[in-house]
Order: sequence, then C-alpha cells, then structure tokens
Amino acid sequence: MGDVNDRTTENAMDTAAAARDATYWAKAVTRLNVSEVPKGAINLNVTGKQLAGPIQGFGKMWQKTYQVRLPRERVSATDLIATWKQRFPDFWPEGNLFYGPLTGIAPGEVALLNMTLPGGMTLSTGVMVLYADEESFTLMTPQGHMFAGWITFSATERDGETVAQAQVLMRASDPIFELGLTLGGHRQEDLFWSHTLREVAAHFGEAADVDTQVVCVDKRRQWSRWSNVWHSSAIRSAGYMLGAPIRGARDLARRGRTPD
Amino acid sequence: MTEATATFGVRRHGAASVVDIQGDVTSGSEDVLMSAYESAGDAGAIVLNFSDLSYMNSGGIGLLVTLLVRANRRSQQLMAYGLSDHYRQIFELTRLDEAVSIHDSEQSALRAAGVR
Repeated sequence: MGDVNDRTTENAMDTAAAARDATYWAKAVTRLNVSEVPKGAINLNVTGKQLAGPIQGFGKMWQKTYQVRLPRERVSATDLIATWKQRFPDFWPEGNLFYGPLTGIAPGEVALLNMTLPGGMTLSTGVMVLYADEESFTLMTPQGHMFAGWITFSATERDGETVAQAQVLMRASDPIFELGLTLGGHRQEDLFWSHTLREVAAHFGEAADVDTQVVCVDKRRQWSRWSNVWHSSAIRSAGYMLGAPIRGARDLARRGRTPD
Repeated sequence: MTEATATFGVRRHGAASVVDIQGDVTSGSEDVLMSAYESAGDAGAIVLNFSDLSYMNSGGIGLLVTLLVRANRRSQQLMAYGLSDHYRQIFELTRLDEAVSIHDSEQSALRAAGVR
C-alpha cells in the first residue's frame, strides 16, 4: 500500500514537473521567425537566424548584474515580474524600441529591437523569450546581435525587500562588436540597464540606486568565431540605411508610373 | 530563485568524475555546484548525471555555461547523460550541446572519456 502511495506521489510530482517544463521554456526552434512585423519596425536581422548563446560568441565572456531594492510592502517579487513582463518596453531609455507581442513576454515569442546607436544609426536586431516563469524571464539573442548570450530579469524577496535584477551573460558576437564594446559599448550597456532598473523602481514609486557588478568570466576570445561578422546586425543595418535614398527614388519612380 | 534546492554528489571513475545532480538547478545552486566541481579535482572529464534532475530554469543553464568555462580553462571535457527529452531540447535550443557532449548512459559517457 505504501509503495502504491509512493508511486502515486512520484507520478504526480513528475506530471507537475513536466507541466512546469512545458509552460516556462520556449519550444525548440532551429531558425527564428517573426510572425508579424509591427508598423514602423525594421526587421533585418531576425528572420531565418539561429539563436546564439555565450558559447557561440567571439569576445571575452562577461556576467553583468544590475540590481535595485524596493521595500517589500511596495511590491512583491511576482507582481514586479508580472508588471515588467507586461510593460517591458516602457522602462527602456528613449530612442530604443522593443516590438514585442501585445500580450507581453511569453516563452517562444520573438521581439524586434530597433536601437539608436551613437551617431544616430538605427540598429535592427531582435531577441527570443527563452524562458519565463512567475519570478524571472530570459531573453536570448540571435546571430548578428551585438552580443551572443542571454539576459535574465528576476525578482526575489529578502530581508523585507524586493530585489529586481537584470543579469547579462554575454560575449561580443564578432571582432567589430568586441572593439565597439571596449571603446565605450560596455559603458553604454551599463547605462542602458541602469536606466531600465531605475525606471522599474520609479514605476513602483521608489527612487532607487542601481548596484552594478561586472565579472569577466572568461578572458579568452574565441578566435574561431571571427566569421560571425558575416551576420553582423551593425553592418547589415548600415547597409540598409545607406540604401534608403535608392529605395526612396525607386518608390517615387514606381508611383510616377502608376496611373491616377 | 536564489535558494539552493539541488544536491551534487561526486564519484570518481578513473580519469573521469561523475557529478550526480538531484533536485532543482537554479542560479541559487551556484555555490553547491562549484564546490562539487572543485571536489571533482583534476579529472580529465567531468560527467554530469541528470537522471535525478527535477527541474532546471534559465539560471541553471547559465551556471552550466560558467562551469563549462572553468572546465575548458583546465582542459577538461564536459559531458552529460540522463537528460530527459525536454532537457535535451533545451540543450539544443540554447546550443549548449555544441560544447557539452550528450550521452545516453553513464557507460557511454565514461567510454567517450577514455575510462575502461
């Protein structure tokens, strides 16, 4: 009898674990697909790309952690994450656009990113939601993104506080992005996520300071990955922008040929 | 998210160390996993046994990447066996399978590690 009860409990636990797996993780994909391109968004470097994690990147591997602390009575960890998922783009610095699903962050969803770089160039890239549960969610980058890796957003409750965190595990995708990160890109990224976390805290009525911790996990560059430059979203976005006058002239010519 | 709810037991098999993973692997498992890795010592291969894994979130996958970097630094191979179909898919999705060789059984992993 005891054995039967043990087996029943074990089966119930297995079923619960399987449900958790299916709910929280994205389904397997080999290439990314953007189901619908929102009006105004540029989709250049996402469709047909593979995901790329820190193992596939070129540069040094970094783990960057950004944290803000809020009083627990303001917001619980689960409520904070629910809000963050729902209003993810609202907390980003101005000029950077996240075209995600209207329903908010959910596993397997692909979002387009149009980021403004210093100099005014728009970089078109994207992310896929790799994982999402009640207390965290993770975005993974496609080939050609500035970095190869993932960013996990989470919230925990400790000592009467709710700690909101963004943690990036990354390598620059290719030698050009590695140079860019070294020449100010890392600083830009720190400012980006610090701004985001301050905005999250401000949403809950708190003017919080951001704690930043940066660890170089691997000082070695993966030179065998130099050819990632072929997928570079920066090069492809620059090409797209340089081609804008030609596309504009072609559109005008086409309109001129169309009878009224 | 930060509590350690996994245990890691280490067994030595010749030139390889097998790490038996039990429970939920999350970012909170970092200290126990790295301490298990240290006790695996100078083995030429670290074989991760996922047969009794209950659950792993993205934080857990991140830990495996960190473990991989450490193993590479010491020129150790990192292998895995006992993964359910779901976690095999997660290894493929995150492309961890390109750096961690996946085997069907402990025997097969140990054979690949050169342990007879």
